[in-house]
Amino acid sequence: MSVLALFTWFEQSWIGEGIRASRWLFPVIESVHLLALAVIGGSVLVVNLSLLGLGLGRRSAAELWHDTWPWFAGSLALMLGSGFLLFTSEAVKLYYHEAFWVKMSALLASLVFTATVQRRTALADPERVTAWWSRTVGLVSLLLWFVVGAAGRWIGFS
Amino acid sequence: MSPLEACRWLEGTRGSIALHESIWVYPIVESVHVLTLCLFLGLTVMIDLRLLGAGLLETPVSKVIRRLGPWMLAGFAVMVVSGALLFYAVPVKTYLNIFFRLKMTFLLMAGLNVAVFHFTTSRTMPRWDLDRKPPLRVRLAGGVSLLLWAAVAVCGRMIAYNWFDKIPTALPR
Repeated sequence: MSVLALFTWFEQSWIGEGIRASRWLFPVIESVHLLALAVIGGSVLVVNLSLLGLGLGRRSAAELWHDTWPWFAGSLALMLGSGFLLFTSEAVKLYYHEAFWVKMSALLASLVFTATVQRRTALADPERVTAWWSRTVGLVSLLLWFVVGAAGRWIGFS
Repeated sequence: MSPLEACRWLEGTRGSIALHESIWVYPIVESVHVLTLCLFLGLTVMIDLRLLGAGLLETPVSKVIRRLGPWMLAGFAVMVVSGALLFYAVPVKTYLNIFFRLKMTFLLMAGLNVAVFHFTTSRTMPRWDLDRKPPLRVRLAGGVSLLLWAAVAVCGRMIAYNWFDKIPTALPR
């Protein structure tokens, strides 16, 4: 089965059909996606600001990682769930949309980076990590998430 | 001059037309408005979660507000400027949109909630600064804030849908 065939199958599934048939379902799911964006954005920002030595400061990074983890994980689940529903309603259009592939690639990169490099850096003893490295990690994470968000918004244009 | 007439005048200005007809600038301003949501609303959510006793519990409330507040306010400034530009690009249709009016109402209420917290509730902060579960009044301020800002964001998203739009040309001139 090709990717296009898979996307076509999603679009023609009862979920995709149902969302397209409804006038208000798409906007409502979009709103959930938007509110979860605020929560995930807030938790990502709080940790990255601290890695940058800003916000609550570098020393709080490990604590903030643990503190924000449930909110990050919960809002991520909500993002993926609502995003998947939006996807099914227009999967074929998205297949041909560059911004969609940019977003998905950046999302994968963000998640891998968060689970590996950022996690290790945030949880490491601040004395043993140079400020330069922490800042680089914070900046890379912010950039990756920015691409996810910007490409996501761009899907809506055209 | 009625507000509607003011909007009609605004819509005829060169800047408004240029913004409305631009290929790149309008989508970019809209993207800035949406993405700055993470900075403004994201940090507001983090501060509210602390007030609710639901997040950042190891950090004193005063420190959360002092350190994250300036970033949140910077986000708010970008939201206001980009939002004003979006209104400027499409004044009449936006002014007549029910969701825009609801959004402004919720925005006003959210602002009042912030003012009440800032001028009254937060005065006793030294007494509950370190509490993992702050007093009811504080938790209420955080909860009300979350609900109102969520309503602002959702109404903002809905402005783009024209289910209830009045047709400007059908209105009396």
